[in-house]
Amino acid sequence: MADTAITVEGAHKKYGDKKALDGLDLTVVRGTVHGVLGPNGAGKTTLIRILSTLLRPDAGRIEVVGHDVVRAAYDVRLRIGLLGQHAALDEELGGRQNLEMFGRLYHLGARHARVRADELLERFGLTDTGRKPVRAYSGGMRRRLDLAASLITEPEVLFLDEPTTGLDPRGRAEVWAAVRSLVGGGTTVLLTTQYLEEADQLADRISVVDAGRVIADGTADELKAMTGGDRIDVVLRDAGQLGAAVALLPLAASEVSVDTDRRLLSAPVADRMAALSGVVRALEEAGIEAEDVALRRPTLDEVFLHLTERDRHVREAV
Amino acid sequence: MSTSYAMTDCWTMTRRELAHWARQPVQVVVGLVFPVMLLLMFGYLVGGGQGVQGDYVDYLVPGMFALTMAFGLEGTMVAVTQDINKGVIDRFRSMPMANGAVLVGRSAADMLQSVLGLVVLIGVAFAIGWRAHGGVAGFLGAVGLLLLFRFAMLWIGIYLAMVAGKPEMVQAVQILVWPVGFLSNAFATPDSMPGWLGTVVEWNPMSHTATAVRDLFGGPGGEAGHAWAAVVWPMVLLAVFFPLAVRKFGALDK
Repeated sequence: MADTAITVEGAHKKYGDKKALDGLDLTVVRGTVHGVLGPNGAGKTTLIRILSTLLRPDAGRIEVVGHDVVRAAYDVRLRIGLLGQHAALDEELGGRQNLEMFGRLYHLGARHARVRADELLERFGLTDTGRKPVRAYSGGMRRRLDLAASLITEPEVLFLDEPTTGLDPRGRAEVWAAVRSLVGGGTTVLLTTQYLEEADQLADRISVVDAGRVIADGTADELKAMTGGDRIDVVLRDAGQLGAAVALLPLAASEVSVDTDRRLLSAPVADRMAALSGVVRALEEAGIEAEDVALRRPTLDEVFLHLTERDRHVREAV
Repeated sequence: MSTSYAMTDCWTMTRRELAHWARQPVQVVVGLVFPVMLLLMFGYLVGGGQGVQGDYVDYLVPGMFALTMAFGLEGTMVAVTQDINKGVIDRFRSMPMANGAVLVGRSAADMLQSVLGLVVLIGVAFAIGWRAHGGVAGFLGAVGLLLLFRFAMLWIGIYLAMVAGKPEMVQAVQILVWPVGFLSNAFATPDSMPGWLGTVVEWNPMSHTATAVRDLFGGPGGEAGHAWAAVVWPMVLLAVFFPLAVRKFGALDK
């Protein structure tokens, strides 16, 4: 299919007895940013390593821009860029030396490799690093250089494996800005992350992965709608009254979550206005003081917990 | 992939190793000085040489050349182990480059290092009184045999590094290199040893190289008949370990 950049059908991979991928399916549309969201050990890195030809799958049909990752690994390698969890750079060499070396290995030729290295250093704000070895770079600089190295040939598909794990907020913002600037150029990006905010910020579509399978798929809004829509948050003045409030408020007690530290109770609601007025009235009648009552959309965190827990229940029931 | 691309990749990876040298000149110098220290230690401190007929320095020096080539295996192993545990290998392996170029770069740099090491060692040996008596052809032949032996050790080192995998495992293998190096005729003749030990020492490929090299340098302990073994042994080792190493590298992580 012309508009499909990545096709994964029934991917399986075992390490000994442990199933890292257990029949994973995934389709990524060309020119989009696709987020793969999942907890540690869900199979995200295994998926990226298979797609970038570093790891051989046990079974499944896996294609990148129409090329099979096992049988046509070389054709795949010509078209991809990879930003792994750990910097894939020569730590002893400087930034320019690294980019020039990778440029030569992409067979740009010595002069073109040098020009390209300069362009990328400029673009990622690394021009002033001189001869300093990558070993001495900050985490954010290292990640930017790593990203620059992934972009030497302007790849059709870019894999980002937890690109901001371990970065401080500033480093994270830098990487996000760089990824956003790529998307305009038509690059397809497959991004794994544990941070729901990151998927929410960057991805057009999100696949939620747990235990080696995709358990939900959709836009951030679609996923948020899956947990049953809006929620109401009530912050009390006195945490000691949380129990009493749960008992008397017009909410389904089994769905109320309580956060004692923040003196917060939160619950899904069906009818927004009825729930709001019902809660306010009930608090007034019982003489419970509230600091804040608010309606809101669920966060992706809640969606994620909801989906992974639902999936575990389903699997335990089977 | 075309051959010219493969050649380019090998050259790029060799340049990478040389760039590492430029960044770590002290390490390079230490690597050159270590065999010199061994030579001086055995020449002056340990001295003697069991069963050697003739000048001990002329017996010892070619043995030390061979021993230095054998110990090169350690340096190769350490470098390869460090390399394959680094993230940069993932980038190389996800790029459209020649599969074995990383290893070829390593071997080119190590061979260059060995040539330099030999030059330094020959200079020091000359200074302490060693002389080559075999003429220019003998001299070049001897150097050729030594480098061939080093080349075989190099690919064994590359393969063992990938099998051992982690730096901690490398230490274990490194310790084993020492008895292999010393269970040779580098310092003493096999006739001076207990029967079984003498047999082990005579079988050691390194002993063949040392004996052939002694002959080509025209010194004591040389026997002309060992040249064929000094060629065949490294070739056999290469025929086994070169393909094993390249295959292992291609299949890392699979």
